[in-house]
Amino acid sequence: MTQLISLLTSAIIFGTVILYGAVGEIITEKSGNLNLGVPGIMYLGGIAGLATAFFYEMHAAEPVGAIGLALSFVAAFLASALGGLIYAFLTISLRANQNVTGLTLTIFGAGLANLFGGSLNAMAGGVGQISVAVTSRAYRAYIPALSGLGWVGQLFFSFGFMAYLAIAVALLASWFLNRSRVGLNLRAVGEDPATADAAGINVTLYKYLATCVGAGISGMGGIYYVMDYIKGTWSTDGTIEALGWLAVALVIFATWKPARAIWSAYLFGVLYWAYNYISGLSRATIELFKMLPYVVTIAVLIAVSLRRSKEAQPPKSLGLSYFREER
Amino acid sequence: MNNHEPLIHIAKREGMIWWQAWLVRLVSLVLALLVSALFIYGITKMNPVKVYGAMWQGAFGSSRRTWITMRDTAMLLCIGVGLAPAFSMRFWNIGAEGQILMGGCATAAVLIYGGSAMPTWLLLLVSLAVSLLAGALWGIVPAIFKARWNTNETLFTLMMNYIAIQLTCFLVAKWENPPGSNSVGIINQQTKVGWFPELFGKPYMMNVLIVLAVAVLMYLYLRYTKHGYEISVVGESENTARYAGISVKRVLIRTMAISGAVCGLSGFVAVAGASHTISTSTAGGRGFTAIIVAWMAKFNTFVMILIALLLVFLEKGAIQIASQFHLNDYASNVIMGIILFFLLGSEFFIRYSIRFRSHKKEVAQV
Repeated sequence: MTQLISLLTSAIIFGTVILYGAVGEIITEKSGNLNLGVPGIMYLGGIAGLATAFFYEMHAAEPVGAIGLALSFVAAFLASALGGLIYAFLTISLRANQNVTGLTLTIFGAGLANLFGGSLNAMAGGVGQISVAVTSRAYRAYIPALSGLGWVGQLFFSFGFMAYLAIAVALLASWFLNRSRVGLNLRAVGEDPATADAAGINVTLYKYLATCVGAGISGMGGIYYVMDYIKGTWSTDGTIEALGWLAVALVIFATWKPARAIWSAYLFGVLYWAYNYISGLSRATIELFKMLPYVVTIAVLIAVSLRRSKEAQPPKSLGLSYFREER
Repeated sequence: MNNHEPLIHIAKREGMIWWQAWLVRLVSLVLALLVSALFIYGITKMNPVKVYGAMWQGAFGSSRRTWITMRDTAMLLCIGVGLAPAFSMRFWNIGAEGQILMGGCATAAVLIYGGSAMPTWLLLLVSLAVSLLAGALWGIVPAIFKARWNTNETLFTLMMNYIAIQLTCFLVAKWENPPGSNSVGIINQQTKVGWFPELFGKPYMMNVLIVLAVAVLMYLYLRYTKHGYEISVVGESENTARYAGISVKRVLIRTMAISGAVCGLSGFVAVAGASHTISTSTAGGRGFTAIIVAWMAKFNTFVMILIALLLVFLEKGAIQIASQFHLNDYASNVIMGIILFFLLGSEFFIRYSIRFRSHKKEVAQV
């Protein structure tokens, strides 16, 4: 029982990172933009939040966690959205190829984040690794009374606020895409931009907004990882990149549905951490276990293409840029 | 006509004269270098000209460094060449990273298990064959699903990368030497069997020659053979291809086998010819970088050499700056990103022309 609870807890923490990434990417992809820059965007969000908190904690006489949290939260969103803006400008206005632009964004974001993440402390004249303990503690704060309720508390109340925010964002995105007029317009843009354009929808504006807001949400996965998962430090081991690609995988697994992404994200977490709870595995076998989320995603990708059900397909114009005069 | 003519009017160009197109690319490259210089100045407060000088030192400062630059350029070129046939068929092979690793693992396996049983030339031949097969296998799987059920190949190949990465981690843990080091170490360090021999007294000559041969062959294959023609027809329009009696499925699978095989070959070159070990950094993101190389060069092999050289130069240069200024070498990725953004953006000005609204035209329309 304790083992199961601890597996589920770590799966939820793991899942939250990729849930942000996936929900943002779903919104982006619904506009027809396949942004392979998700890992780069998560990097940008992570480093922007960390750097902001770092400078705040360095310059404030007595740093307050809540202020550090607010500042880094906003900075992370803005930096990620800015990454999305670069992608949007290149692919929508300049009609560059989406795959290549996305991959470039990943290289750029990873480079920028690891450069500053690895060197920020040295640049500021410090030694050792960067660390923002006060802000990170604020991110990880939970209600002590509730988390003490045995396994219920462990499973439902022991997380920082961003784990709950992720669920809220996913549900909101689900409502937005399925129930709101703007969301339906957005899906029309992703399915068939020419028709949407003829219906009077401003295709360019929709694509820009969806890409930037989507990137902003994806970037929250980065800040959650930095502040909560690794507790306000930085590591250049490339984990964010691997998680970013898992977020892209999750989009497929959830068949472009934000609400489905919630439990799928936790399932990915369980699959990823399962090896910890099976005794007698060698280090080599563990590496095979970590393959599971990707294998499952491929299985879903194949199943989706086999079934050809209308609801589970990728947006029709995904990956194509729209040029009115080429209709 | 209404009076709301947009401020900016964009139209497709008929085609730009080649030197104009290159001028546009050159201007964007210069702009990118200026922005990168500002960035470098921002963090190091060093004269950017001196920094670029230091970068030159890092890439070509000694004969050894020059050869390493050549070796890495060859590697990147090899992957780009492997991607070219898939891309000209409009098949988004994002899976080069995995295909390289599979080729690399296959080579490492041959070197480890056959190291004491076979002479070097045989080892090299066997590992060449096995790595071609391994890469081809990794390329064929998504192609079969694409051909049969139209499964999205971008996402499929992307996922295959991570399966290959985990498989590599698995093999590294299995082959680790010494135990507990979590690395395979240098394979056959004492005997050096299965290593590329030095040709003409130059360390990486064989890598460069193999890759050049592959590049030339691929150029001829795409340009002058029936297969190459079929690939370009499928890339233009699958319906046209079908109408012309080309079996699209067969072309898809065959081309992806070739594409994967060449990427697998680059894994062979990387393991037997350069690092003599295997880890996930045998590919180290080059599979992704090469996608950009191939795309930017429009699959023209000779342009690919230039772009690959530029990127490797940046990488080596940035590593040099980083060690001089106690930064980490991720600076190269930032500069690479900036340059690629500019080059990607510049293509727009080559393909489209922009006219601003002018009053004269409105009069003419009335």
